[in-house]
Amino acid sequence: MSGELLFEAVLFGVLLGGFYAAVSMGLSVSFGLLDVPHVAHPAMMVLGAYCTWLLVGFGLDPIVAGVVLMPAFFLLGVALYRFYYEAFERRGSEAAVRGIAFFFGLALIIEVGLMLGFGVDQRMVEAAYIGRSLSFGEIRLPMRTLVVFGAALVLTAGLTLYMSKTFTGRAIKAVAQDEPALRLMGANPVRIKQWAFGIATAVAAVAGAMLIIIGPVEPGMDRVYIGRTFAVVVLAGLGSMTGTVAAGLLLGVTESIVLIHPDLGASWAPAVSFLLLLIVLGARPQGLFGR
Amino acid sequence: MKIRNLLAVGFGLLFSALAAAQQGPIKIGMSMPQTGPLGAGGQAALVALRMWVEDVNAKGGLLGRKVEFIVYDDQTNPALTPAIYTKLLDVDKVDLLIAPYGTVPTAPIMPLVKQRDLLLMGNFSFQVNHTVKHDKWFNNSPWNNAASWSDGFIGAGQKLGAKSIAFLAADQEFAQNLANGARELAQKAGLKTVYNQNYPPTTTDFSAMIRGIRAAKPDMVFVMSYPNDSVAIVRAVNEIGVGDSVKIFGGGMVGLQFTPIMTNLGSSLNGIVNYNSYVPGIKYPGIEEFLQRYAKKAAEAKVDPLGFYLPPFNYAIGQMLEQAINGTKSIDQKKLAEYLHTHELHTIVGPIKYGPDGEWANPRVVQAQFRDVTDKNMDQFRQPGKQVVIYPPQYKTGDVVAPFEKARGK
Amino acid sequence: MKFWIGVAVAFGAAAATAAFVDFDYFFFAAYTVLMFVMLATAWNILGGYAGYVNFGTPAFFGLGAYTAAVLYKAFALPLGLQIAAAALMSGLLGLVAGLLTLRLRGIFFAIATIALTVIMETLFINWRYAGGATGLQLLRPPPMAPFESYIKMLFVLMVGMALASIALARYVERSWLGRGLRALRDSEEAAESSGVPTLKLKVFACTLSGALMGACGAPMPMYLSFIEPASTFNLNYAVGALASPMIGGTAHWLGPVIGALVLSSLQQLVTVTISNEMNVLVVGVLLVFFVVVAPDGILGLLKRIFSRK
Repeated sequence: MSGELLFEAVLFGVLLGGFYAAVSMGLSVSFGLLDVPHVAHPAMMVLGAYCTWLLVGFGLDPIVAGVVLMPAFFLLGVALYRFYYEAFERRGSEAAVRGIAFFFGLALIIEVGLMLGFGVDQRMVEAAYIGRSLSFGEIRLPMRTLVVFGAALVLTAGLTLYMSKTFTGRAIKAVAQDEPALRLMGANPVRIKQWAFGIATAVAAVAGAMLIIIGPVEPGMDRVYIGRTFAVVVLAGLGSMTGTVAAGLLLGVTESIVLIHPDLGASWAPAVSFLLLLIVLGARPQGLFGR
Repeated sequence: MKIRNLLAVGFGLLFSALAAAQQGPIKIGMSMPQTGPLGAGGQAALVALRMWVEDVNAKGGLLGRKVEFIVYDDQTNPALTPAIYTKLLDVDKVDLLIAPYGTVPTAPIMPLVKQRDLLLMGNFSFQVNHTVKHDKWFNNSPWNNAASWSDGFIGAGQKLGAKSIAFLAADQEFAQNLANGARELAQKAGLKTVYNQNYPPTTTDFSAMIRGIRAAKPDMVFVMSYPNDSVAIVRAVNEIGVGDSVKIFGGGMVGLQFTPIMTNLGSSLNGIVNYNSYVPGIKYPGIEEFLQRYAKKAAEAKVDPLGFYLPPFNYAIGQMLEQAINGTKSIDQKKLAEYLHTHELHTIVGPIKYGPDGEWANPRVVQAQFRDVTDKNMDQFRQPGKQVVIYPPQYKTGDVVAPFEKARGK
Repeated sequence: MKFWIGVAVAFGAAAATAAFVDFDYFFFAAYTVLMFVMLATAWNILGGYAGYVNFGTPAFFGLGAYTAAVLYKAFALPLGLQIAAAALMSGLLGLVAGLLTLRLRGIFFAIATIALTVIMETLFINWRYAGGATGLQLLRPPPMAPFESYIKMLFVLMVGMALASIALARYVERSWLGRGLRALRDSEEAAESSGVPTLKLKVFACTLSGALMGACGAPMPMYLSFIEPASTFNLNYAVGALASPMIGGTAHWLGPVIGALVLSSLQQLVTVTISNEMNVLVVGVLLVFFVVVAPDGILGLLKRIFSRK
């Protein structure tokens, strides 16, 4: 395995890792901060990917389409959280188990809905930057990964700034840390959580746009990403935005290196991500940057 | 005297016609994957089968009886097929069985059909009979074993002077079977394997692997992939390139035969040499007319409208049953099996003769190179010339343009 | 006592059906339904009694199936021993997984079980002897006396195994084990401070649950005469095992049984009638409906109806 190949792999892993981080960002908020067992987050992302496909059919650029979808998905997220809160969170800890089952069922329903609406074939989008690559000497990087990485950076920066600089952002962090105190200060935690969940879902829409830029999508894709996103979020340490980026990059690079390793090879790449997860859970469950 | 004879014959005919009508329809049953990984192909195949049933019934049916077609969705899940096929046999009381598309859903019903000694028409499965060794199995796919499958591609590479080969195969049943056979052939041909990678079915990005292939500098690249992966691989090749050493690329990429994929990939397909069961220009009797009619039905059913891959073969399954039934004037499993073993059958995918193991005696996998394909044009594929057949010799329309990067026009 | 009479009656009915009914389709379909009854019952030992959601049923089920298949291929082991070996292997997996992750909160255990499934599937995809990605075709031996047909034998076997798992689950539920599990489900901290050995109980439940799932998977290669990774580690097993107790009711051993009977029979019906993606939709909708509207499942609904009288 040559040094050049390894360098390219690491580079590509970083780009892919940025994508993984962006995809997990929404889960970092909904699960990491709000403690909602949102296994339907990847399904939301796939839904976002299909909606992007629809809008691209009308002539929009995929990233633009993703942004356009954000308000609608925000509202969807708000409604979803509201429903979850009324049906489960309110009813106490025993209902937590059913909460997980609920999201699981929701993911299934979304999956089938997409199958019924769009058929079982895969869908892809076209854009000027899909299919071309940038060359740096012998190294060729696909433009679609560069674009997605750029978008991921913007998204991460935006979200981190939002969480630390704005009032609602800080309120979200506060509600994660100490809900009773927040209540005492007069803020309504349920409304804040609703807002946060809405943001997380809006982010999922953009993640979906990125997903369909990276490659074709099909309705069952959410299953693969359940593991990946949760692995990133757990590795990061719940609720840490910067941690999500670091964990995403780590996952991307690890996968990329394993992919080119002559012995381990591509067969083991997805399992390695999960092995990483199990190791972290066993050795340092609070993750890399956890509280 | 003559009038009495005439009357006797007349009544005799009348009674047999009545008897035949009272016997009810001939029921043919199967499960077809309409959802799951093989769902897209299965739906297209189903359109073709239904066309055959319609055609046969328009001609008056078989042996004077209408054909009734019963089909269920097995979701590409082998755990469902035993129950479905026993229901077909015990509840729906079908007379004849067709296997589902693909090896995975078919394998579990082999013991059932062997135990009950039933005829089973196979449907694009791969060596599914070699453990059970059922004598009433007739597989319809243009290959019989792995080696026959890759012959054309490896032979073409050798003709171009290739000395080394790279393998890229999906970690799934069909691709792996193929890969094993191809590796054997390559070894026998004295080709050196410089890269050998199996990837998991969920892989979406092949940049790393294409890079690895490029670094290994092979003369030939043999890819065995499924539709989603095939698309991703073609894109990755276009983005990163496999290097100037590669003379020929492709071989066993499933999915590049499906219209939506071909249309979407457009010019990125150029230069790739890949297998197909049919490309326009090959003169099988009745194929052109079938494809025209199929295109209309497929559009209504929202499935692959060009249908080069599975549909003609599924229609041919029907034709073979038709010929066997008409030839033996019965629906007895033994007689039909005997007929199919001993006769050459004439179908829209050419003449078919079966070997004792129930596979095609003479494989007929076509290898063709994509040339001059433009973007966003579905109809271009209806014309011959976009896929130049390089193998087998009897259908050849041109030679491979090499090296691969040159053939891509880059 | 009533319970054991019920078990005897059920088993007797099954044996009689096998002896006198000659309708293969029933046996094939019933085998699948009974399989889910057993999986749901096993799932509920950890999921319902202890409150730890397991998404990884396919990992345990699949490991059991492959253990049986490999032992059959290597040593032509009889089915009884295959089942025992499968239970052992999957039980071991449950033990190890439990020790590793049950110290954490429920959601982490749930994600870890997904990881398990992927790792198991990858392992078997890469193991050529077990067929690898292409799968393994197996020739069945003749059925054991007094059975003449293999599927009838499998049917009666699965009835027996399902009844055994139900009896086991019932025993756990009614014993101090069950009380301890319920205590930690309601409040783990309180249970800990009252001296309940929560970790030991959880690991025990996970081990037992895993072993039963493995045993359930063992006859599968013989049922299909075929085994391959993708369909063996299929998510549908996870969904069925999870949804059935949610639909039937998680607090009582009867819940998973009712849930599995209802759900699996419905699925069998849909497969041969509407027969397409509707199948998954049915499960999803039912799951969401019961989880939201009737959290105590069918059993809970029945209790409410009868207590109003």
